[in-house]
Order: sequence, then structure tokens, then C-alpha cells
Amino acid sequence: MFHIFKTVNIDWLAHRRWLIGISVALMLAGLASAMIRQATHRQPFNLGVDFKGGTVITVRFKQRPTDDAIRAALTAQSVSDAIVQPVTDRNDTVLIKLPLEGETSSVDAGRDKVRKALNIFGTEAKPTLELEADSGAAYKIVGTDAVGAVAGAQLRNKAIAVTLAALVGILVYIAMRFEWTYGAAAVIAVFHDVLITLGFFSIFQWEVSLTVIAALLTLVGFSVNDTIVVFDRIRENRRLNRRESLYAITNDAINQTLSRTVITNGLVFLSVLALVVFGGDVLRAFSLALFIGVIFGTYSSIAIASPIMVWWEQRIEAANRAATLAYNRPTKSGVQSPVKSSARGAVASHAGKGSPGTGRA
Amino acid sequence: MKKKNFLPRAIIIVVVTLLGLYAVIGPRRKPTLKDFTWSGIKATLASNIHLGLDLKGGSHLVMRVKTDEYLKSITESDRVAAETAAKEAGIEVKQAREEIGPGNYRVIIELADASKVNEAKDAIQKKLDLNDSSMWTYASSGAQLTWTMTSAAQRVLADNATTQAMNIIDSRINALGITEPTLQTHGAQNSHQILLQMPGVQDPERIKDLLKGQSKLELVHVIGPPQPMPSTTYGSEDEAKASLGGTVPNNRKVLPYKERVERTGSPQDSANQEKPTKWVVVESPAIIDGSQLRTASAVNSRGGRNDQFEINFSLKKDGADKFGAWTGAHINEYMGVVLNGQVQSIAFIKSQIFDSGMIEGNYTQQSAEDLALVLRSGALPAPIEYLEERTVGPSLGADSIRAGVNASLVGLGLVVFFMLIYYRGSGVNAVVALVLNMILMMAGLILFGATLTLPGIAGIILTIGMAVDSNVLIFERIREELLTGKTIPSAVDHGFDRAFITIIDTHVTTIISSLFLFVFGTGPIRGFAVSLVIGLLVNLFSAVYVSRTIFMGLLSRKRKVESLSI
Repeated sequence: MFHIFKTVNIDWLAHRRWLIGISVALMLAGLASAMIRQATHRQPFNLGVDFKGGTVITVRFKQRPTDDAIRAALTAQSVSDAIVQPVTDRNDTVLIKLPLEGETSSVDAGRDKVRKALNIFGTEAKPTLELEADSGAAYKIVGTDAVGAVAGAQLRNKAIAVTLAALVGILVYIAMRFEWTYGAAAVIAVFHDVLITLGFFSIFQWEVSLTVIAALLTLVGFSVNDTIVVFDRIRENRRLNRRESLYAITNDAINQTLSRTVITNGLVFLSVLALVVFGGDVLRAFSLALFIGVIFGTYSSIAIASPIMVWWEQRIEAANRAATLAYNRPTKSGVQSPVKSSARGAVASHAGKGSPGTGRA
Repeated sequence: MKKKNFLPRAIIIVVVTLLGLYAVIGPRRKPTLKDFTWSGIKATLASNIHLGLDLKGGSHLVMRVKTDEYLKSITESDRVAAETAAKEAGIEVKQAREEIGPGNYRVIIELADASKVNEAKDAIQKKLDLNDSSMWTYASSGAQLTWTMTSAAQRVLADNATTQAMNIIDSRINALGITEPTLQTHGAQNSHQILLQMPGVQDPERIKDLLKGQSKLELVHVIGPPQPMPSTTYGSEDEAKASLGGTVPNNRKVLPYKERVERTGSPQDSANQEKPTKWVVVESPAIIDGSQLRTASAVNSRGGRNDQFEINFSLKKDGADKFGAWTGAHINEYMGVVLNGQVQSIAFIKSQIFDSGMIEGNYTQQSAEDLALVLRSGALPAPIEYLEERTVGPSLGADSIRAGVNASLVGLGLVVFFMLIYYRGSGVNAVVALVLNMILMMAGLILFGATLTLPGIAGIILTIGMAVDSNVLIFERIREELLTGKTIPSAVDHGFDRAFITIIDTHVTTIISSLFLFVFGTGPIRGFAVSLVIGLLVNLFSAVYVSRTIFMGLLSRKRKVESLSI
């Protein structure tokens, strides 16, 4: 068989400081970008109409005028603050973005002004005809997105609430299947993925819309998948191999699952790449979110979730041991140590039951 | 690996596949050979799968019923009625007012004589529903009687207003002949939002105006000397008020009146010559209001030109009787037709009018028909405002479909290519499972009537990735087991068993996040969540059950298997 990673034996956890360092650096970069933009009165994030409110009108031309010509026409109709943005996968279509202005019923007023402005370039295609079919027409409004302030705020709040709820849901599930330390480590890793992705969005000013939030929630699912595969292996190895330290077991688990991780995530990465390249402009921000997310999701299972889990478990186990020593010292008769740590080496006790005095939840 | 298990499993798989194909192709007609060509497949899917607005084209509107205005108007009319009831009982009212604030609706009556408080209370509560203590809380202090609307009442009334608005919008939409609209409440219970989705609608502006249209029709008595004097109009609101002695008494209203432009036959007329707004004094309340309307229709007035339409309306029996009696008693006086608080036309009463009337004006056919439609459907209890509008034209939708399909094919191609190269023979196994996965996923979408949206297509692409993940988990495990020296059948068994637990875990967590997406999202995002969940569930079947059955088939021959192409 053709095997990519036949015998890998990298000590991942040894490099954890570097790896976590890279993550922290990226997160700080994203944070810095957001804060600097905020401070210089620019938008920290390029929020789409879903969250900011406003109107986006998609216009298709038979012969597309330059962006400046469009802007000039709009200004002549006293449409201020309009943003003209060409669509990336077609060169005959343009997005005209208008900011929020009172109630959304004024979106018709905004749209009328845009029409009047665009009439400089020719007439609009009739409502029932496509642009190509209407010989006398020069342009057609092919799409409108208008969101009022109330709806925008509602969507924003919902998005945040749902993301947090999903994280909690996943934490609970993993805590049930493994232990709460695993669950916590996995959630921290996922949170890290989301933050880094948002950081990229802030730096590159990609548009954050509802579909991007959907992408973030999907990448939460994916990233957790990866982490679960590693944790699963760790759990299996621990059962089989009681003598080895958690550190060694974790490294082994990562190495053993490495080929699966690379292949699967590689394939998902290729699918998402297909989306980014061929998926069209409407899905562009969504695809980019998944693209970044898949890369860092893989990274976080190895570099974030595992080290954190190991570190936590080790600390708990150390606390266990210290408590046992303190507990055992006074009595001379062979009192049974409540912490059954001897048989398992350095591995902390299981099943979340926690012995008295360890302070575990 | 028991041989006898293979056959029943294989049969189950074949049956499920055929059912899936059947669901996809559709029970309508016998499949022909053409159905299996690329264009045939596309046509079948397009007709059977319910496409979302972002792929098919259409309009999505979210509107809010302004229930606070509804409650305000109820409080106002109760105040007027309370005052009248007190006066009719012979009690002098010093002041009657309403107090309106957010969440606060009060009717306050101040009497001249504090001792008459209980008498007034009885008189008023006998006539109105103010005595319903679940709706209004009564308090009195000194000479003042106060009724405060309870929050329970506010909720109930607001919900009623929303339901009523939805019914009216429903009848307006139906009258417009929009195909397959979706109309439902939206958002939190107390947000009073309504969602309307209209597939195929590209220019919702006209529809938005129609839906929003207030249709408050009233027939009023115009105050002034009778015919043959011309009807009394005033140049400004203040002049009209002055004629009443400076303030407008309770039984009078001052309304604007836009005179109809006389047709002189030249086309520039209506655009340029608009007569200035005049003002008239009318009696309040109206003789007849919109609730008495039986029906309304647009008619071509004499002349037959395109913008000479009028609206004919007819009244219900009770209204007709009342109107007949009134007009009979006021011959030669002037009456006015008031639409949404503006006088549309003034006419003098030649003879008794019973049940029909006309609204004149420079209506084009379209606007006359729209107005008739709005009148017929009944008046909205409260105004509506639009919170959100998303319209996608069919060309944009077609672009999205094309992009989505292209991306899916490229993604699928890359995955299949890799699987075949890396896992060779077993790669074929994975590809078969993947194809089955796609068929069953399409079938699942059709059977559940789920809507496929653009993010939904992305969900399908992701499902391809995740489906392959399951196979990779299994195959990698099998390879490991083979490396430790297990026999082939044993390695395959172990591979599946061990990987199954992990596959369950990964699928459940992705399904959990999809559930949250489904609950929170509307439209496109829901489509994504649904595609993903259906794909994952189908995948559990195809990646585990089907793959294993294929291995079973391969390994069930009597002679010992030497090697496994993996």
C-alpha cells in the first residue's frame, strides 16, 4: 500500500510553546487590526447589510460603465455614501451599497434614486424581461437586499447567541463522551479557530454576513471533529497502555491519526478550494471563512486542544498527588489511598468522580 | 465474516438505492433513457427539488405590524365613546383625554362634579368593554376616572391585530395571483413580525405598496350651505378652523381635499397641472366607514382613456339602509368620499343613495385596480412597516446554481481522483458509497420537501468531504490493523468497529451545530443546515453499512483472500 505517513514519531507536545505562540500571535494580529481600525474611525469588520442594515442593489449592464462614472451619476442624484463594488466573477455586474436611512420603506426611495442615476446610461430592462431579451435596455436591477435597523440588530444578537449556544452544546457533548477537561480543551481550541478566522476577516475586510456566521458554525463542527478523532485515540491508548504517561500517549495518538487527519482535511480543503474558486461571488466570503477555518481547525486539534488537555490533566493529577501525600501522611496504619494513582502511573483518575480533597468539579 | 449476512444486506442496499432513484426521478412517468444523460438529470433535479428564493429568484419580505398604533387607536376611540356615554347620561365632563406611552395606554375622564364619579363609571362601563377587568384596570381619585389597559390585554390585542393583518395580507396576495407564496409569523412571539416569500416576483415595489396600503374609506357629510351654492372649501387649514371659531369641536374634522384635475384632453395635464390642496370641514364621525364595504371594483369612466379609471364600491345591507336614510334626509347637501383621511371627491346628493358609490380621481387602470383590491381585502388594523427585503432576479439565481454545481463537480472530481489513487481498489468502494450518498441525499431533500439554497449546495459539497472522512477513518484503521499482522477479515472487522465510534462522535457534533443553525437561520441558512444534516445521516448509512457490505462481498468467497487492495 501506498502510505503517506507510515512511521511518524514527532514529539508534537514538545513544540507546543511555539505552536501556541503562533496562534496567539495570529489572534493578536486580528485583534490589533480590529482595534486599530476602530480607533482610526474605520470599520473593524466589514459588516454586511445583514448586521449593519442598509441596501445592496445588484445591477447588471450590457456595457458596464466605469465605477467612477457610476459614482458620479449617483452623486448627481444626491445619493451620498454609496459604495460601488464590482462583482468578482462577472465583469458586467456591479454592487451598489447604500447606507441605512430611516425605515426600510425608504429603500424604495433609495432604489428610485439609483434608477434615476443609472438612467443616464440607458433605460432599465422591463420587469418581465431579462436584460439580454430586452433590446432597448442598458441595465437591469437583478437583486436587492435591504435590511432595516431593527432587523439588523436582531440578526446580530441572534448570531452571537447561537454561536455561544453551539459552543456550549458541543462542550456538553464532549464532556459526556470523554471528560470535562477534554470538553473544555476542545471548546478552547474551537474558540481559537473562530477568533483567528474573524481576525482574518478584520485584516482583509471580507464581508461578514449571515452566511459567514453559518460558515463559522460549520467550522466549529469540523474543528471539533478533528479534535475528537485525536481524543478518541488518546482514550483508546490509555485503556490499552496504562503505564505510559499522558504526554507520551497524546503524542502517539497524534502521530497515529496524522495520516487520517492530513488526508481528510486535505480533501475537505480541496472541496472548499473548489468552492472558493468556482463557487461564485455570492458565496465568496462563506468559502473564505471555511477555507481559513479548515486550515486552523486541523492545526488547533494538534497545537491547541491536545496540549491544553494534557496540561490540565497533569495539573489536576499533580494536585491529586499533593492531596494524597497530605492526606496519607498522618496515619501510620496502611490506610488505603483514596486516589488510585499507583496503578496508572502519572495518569489522573477517571470518570469525573474526583476524590475528596482534590477540588475537582 | 459470515457469508450469510452478505446477501440480505446487499438486497437491502439495492432496494434502498432503487427507492432513492425513484424518489429522485419522480413517480410521474416511466424513466426513459434520456433521463440518464446529463441534461436529463439536471432537468429531473430542477423539477423535483424545491429551490430556495436565492436560486429560483423571488422576493423575501419581513414586515412588522405596528401594534402600538393599533392600541393607540383603540384607546382613542374608547376615550371618545366614554366621553359620549357620560354626556348621554347627563354628566358633565370637564376633560377627557388619553395617555399614550410605550406599554402604557390610559383613558382619563375628569368630571366637573366629583360626587358623580360612580354614576359616570356605571354609565360608561355599561356601554363599553371598559368594564372587562381582564382588559382594563379602573381607578378613581377625586373627580378623575382612569382606565388603564392591562399588559395581558395589550398582548392579546396586539396578537389579534397581527393575525388580522396576516389574513388581510393573505387575501391581497391571493388576489394578486402570486404563485406559492409563503406567509407566516416571524421572529419572537411579541415582535409581531410577518414573513412573506414570493417566488418569481422580481419587482416587489408595487406589491409592497399594495400590502402596506391603508384602505380607510369613509363617507362624510361636508359642512356648508346646500346646493345650488358650491361646496364650501377653504384655502388653508387655518381658514377652515377659523370658520369653526378657532378650535375644532369633537363633532367636526378638518380634512385636506385634492381637487380632481379637469380633463382637457391634452396628455401633459395630469403631470403638470395639480390643483393646490384645499381644505374642507366635515362632520365626525363618518356616516359610513370601510367596515360597511361589500365590494369594490375599478371601472373605466367615460372617455375610455388609459388614465380615466374610477372605483365603484357597494355597501352591505346595514350600511346601505343607514346610508339611504341619511341621504334621504340630506338632499341637496354635499357629501364627500374620504380615503385614508383625505377627501377624494365631493358631490351633492341629488336623491337618495342606497348602496353604491364612486371614488373619482385620475386613476390609471393599474392604480384603480390596486386600490379596489386594497379596499376589498379590508382595512389593516394597524400600519405595517418593512424591516427586511431581499429580492433575487432569476438571472442571478441561475448564476448561483451554475456556480454551485460547478464547484460541486470539481470538488467531487478531486475527491474521487484522490481516493482511487491512494486507496486503489478500496477507493472504488468509497466512490460507490459516495455516489450512493449523493443519490440518497437528493432523495432525502425531495422526500422531506426541504428547500435547496445556495448555502445548501455548499452543504452538499461539505458533505462530500465529510463522507470521505468516514471512509478514510475506516481505511486508515484497516491499514493499521493489517500492519500489526491481523488477518484480512479480522483487520476489516476491527477497522470498521473501531472507526464506527469515532464516526458517530464526529457526525453528532456536526449535527449539533447544524441544529443550532437551523433554529437560528431563515431561508438560505436553514437550507444549509438541512442539506448538511440529511447528508450526514445518509452518510452514516452509506459509509458504514454499504462499505462494509461491499467488503463482505469481496471477502466472502470460500478461498482465503491473499491481499486487499487498500
